[in-house]
Amino acid sequence: MINKKVKSVEEALQGIENGMTLMLGGFGLCGIPENSIAELVQKETRDLTCISNNAGVDDFGLGLLLQKKQIKKMISSYVGENAEFERQMLSGELEVDLIPQGTLAERCRAAQAGIPAFFTPAGYGTEVAEGKEVREFNGKMHIMEHAFKADFAIIKAWKGDTAGNLIFKGTARNFNPAMAGAAKITVAEVEELVEAGTLDPNQIHIPGILVQRIFQGEKYEKRIEQRTVRIR
Amino acid sequence: MALDKIGIAKRIAQELKDRYFVNLGIGIPTLVANYIPKGIDVEFQSENGVLGMGPFPFEGDEDADIINAGKQTITTLPGASFFDSATSFGMIRGQHVDLTILGAMEVSENGDIANWKIPGKMVKGMGGAMDLVASAENIIVAMMHVNKAGESKILKKCTLPLTGVGCVKKVVTELAVLEITPQGFKLLERAPGVSVEHIVSSTEASLIVEGDIPEMIIN
Repeated sequence: MINKKVKSVEEALQGIENGMTLMLGGFGLCGIPENSIAELVQKETRDLTCISNNAGVDDFGLGLLLQKKQIKKMISSYVGENAEFERQMLSGELEVDLIPQGTLAERCRAAQAGIPAFFTPAGYGTEVAEGKEVREFNGKMHIMEHAFKADFAIIKAWKGDTAGNLIFKGTARNFNPAMAGAAKITVAEVEELVEAGTLDPNQIHIPGILVQRIFQGEKYEKRIEQRTVRIR
Repeated sequence: MALDKIGIAKRIAQELKDRYFVNLGIGIPTLVANYIPKGIDVEFQSENGVLGMGPFPFEGDEDADIINAGKQTITTLPGASFFDSATSFGMIRGQHVDLTILGAMEVSENGDIANWKIPGKMVKGMGGAMDLVASAENIIVAMMHVNKAGESKILKKCTLPLTGVGCVKKVVTELAVLEITPQGFKLLERAPGVSVEHIVSSTEASLIVEGDIPEMIIN
C-alpha cells in the first residue's frame, strides 16, 4: 500500500506558490475543502487562478480568499451570491472567465483522463464560442474545448483511507471526483480518515491513484447557503 | 386575468408526461414540482448531482450535504441516486433527460434564449443553462411576457447575450402559451380572461393566431 496520508493541512498544501492555478471542488458551499481554504488564507498565497464552479459567499468558501485579494482570476460557471466578487469583477481587479457548468466539469474530467480536448454543443452560437473551433457532428454544431491545466486540485470527500481512496456523501460529491487527478498534485481532505483496508473496495468512488495527499480536516462547519424547509 | 407565478407553474406541470426525467431551473420552474399531474411518475434531476429529488426537508432535518442546484436544502425519494457533475452533464448532453424547464429574460421567434447576462449590470454566469439548452430535445421556458417597464420579452430577435440558439420549443407566460414553429411564435392558449388582442399588443414578435384560441385550464 502506498501511503498518502500527510500530518497536517500545512503539509498537504506544501508547494502551493503565488501565481499557481488551483482547482477547488464544491457546488456553492456544499462539498468545499473548508480546511484547505482556511490554510490558503493563512499562507497568504497570492495571484491565484482558481477553477471552481462558484466563488463562495462573502464570508465563507472562496469568498475568504477574495476578501484578502488572493485571487487574480476565477474560472467558474455561476458567481451570484457574492457582493465582493461582483465589486472586484466590475472594477476590473478580478479577471473572470465564465464557462458553462457541464463544460467546466468535462474540462476537469478530460484533464483527469488524458483527453486534450473535446467537442460540446454547449455555448454554440453564444459569446462562449468566440475564437473556438466549430465542427458539425450528426447535423449539430459543436465547439472545441480544452482540458484544464492546473498545479493543484484540492478536493473534499466524506471518508477516505490512507491509500487515498475516497467516498463522497450526497450532493457534496459534485465537482470533487472529476477534479481528482486532474492537476499535477491532488490533495484530498476528508471528514473521516481511516486505515487502508477498512473501507469496502466495492464502495470506493475515487481510487487512491488519483490522490497524492490526504488528511482529515480538523473541523467542518458545512454552512447551508439556502435553508429551505417544510412545516411539519 | 394574467397568471401569477404559481399559475404559470401549474400550466407547465400539465406538460409533464409519465416516465419523464425532468430538469427544473431556478425560480418559477422549481414550483412545477408541486403540481405533478395525478397518476404519472416523473423523476427530477438537479444538475449538481441528484436524481429523484424530493420536497424540502422538515425543519430540523436539513442536511448541508443534500442540496439542489439552487443551493436549497432538499430531500430524496425512494430510488434516488447521487453522482458527480461530469456524470450529471453527461446525462444532460447525452439526452437522457426528457424535459428541461427554465426561466428566461428574452426569447426570440427562432427559439433563441437569453438568460445569463445583462452587460454592465448583471453578470452572474450561465451555470448549467448553456449545456441544458444546447442538449435537450424538449425545452419549455417559464417567463414573464413583459418586463417591469411593460416592454415585451417575446422578441423578433434577442437583444441580450444568448444562452443558446434555436432551442426553445414552448413558452409559458402570465398571458399565454406559445409554441415556436419554423414560421415563428404560434399562440396556443391564453390566460383566463386575457384577450388575444392584449397578448398580441404585449408581444414584440409577430404571433400566428389561427382560429379560436382556447383559455388555459388552471386548477
